[in-house]
Amino acid sequence: MPTVIDRQAVQQLVREGTQLVDVLGAKEYEAEHIPGAINIPLKNLDRATAKRLDSGRPAITYCHDYQ
Amino acid sequence: MSARAASRLATLGFTHVYRYQAGRADWFAAGLPREGRDAHVPRVADVAKRDVHTCRLDERVGDVRDRVGRDGGEPLIVVDADRVVLGLVNSDALAGDPAIPVEEVMDSAPVTFRPNIRAGEMPDYLKKQGVQHAIVTTSDGVLIGLLHLQPAHSTA
Repeated sequence: MPTVIDRQAVQQLVREGTQLVDVLGAKEYEAEHIPGAINIPLKNLDRATAKRLDSGRPAITYCHDYQ
Repeated sequence: MSARAASRLATLGFTHVYRYQAGRADWFAAGLPREGRDAHVPRVADVAKRDVHTCRLDERVGDVRDRVGRDGGEPLIVVDADRVVLGLVNSDALAGDPAIPVEEVMDSAPVTFRPNIRAGEMPDYLKKQGVQHAIVTTSDGVLIGLLHLQPAHSTA
């Protein structure tokens, strides 16, 4: 079960090397995103696109807000 | 959306998956850095005056007036020990009875903007109300600065 975290935890984990994954659409990502985030839109998230990430390292997903 | 993505990653073999539920809206509202095509569009945090006078809730009007002067009618922002905004004292209130505590003359619900609002995007209802100042705060209510929305004479 994925753990819900707050902003401070995101900052800490990213400093420690955790991957940040923006799951919004490409246009939204291109307009604005959190520095260092990798864009994999939810509708495209599958075994192939997940290979852009390192499955051996932690990952944080985010979208716009509490959706 | 982030919940589904996090669960999907877990099914794909990721053993440590976290979910930033509040998302980028929370990040941007905290005034943290942005990347992307629109990242350099000026926001209210970029144009807000940072060097503003503040006071505590329990100070008296006379003491505050002596400390900061009138400074061209600029309002004072009432903050707590963590710089969380509690209210705003306009120049008229500051000219009143020196013995009154700030708490009794402040506006306890001043207009506030989050720092990521684009500069110049002031809502019409604020223009109609003649609101002259807005306080820019983080999503946690911490003071960032003061925004001058329109000159005083335009409110007449």
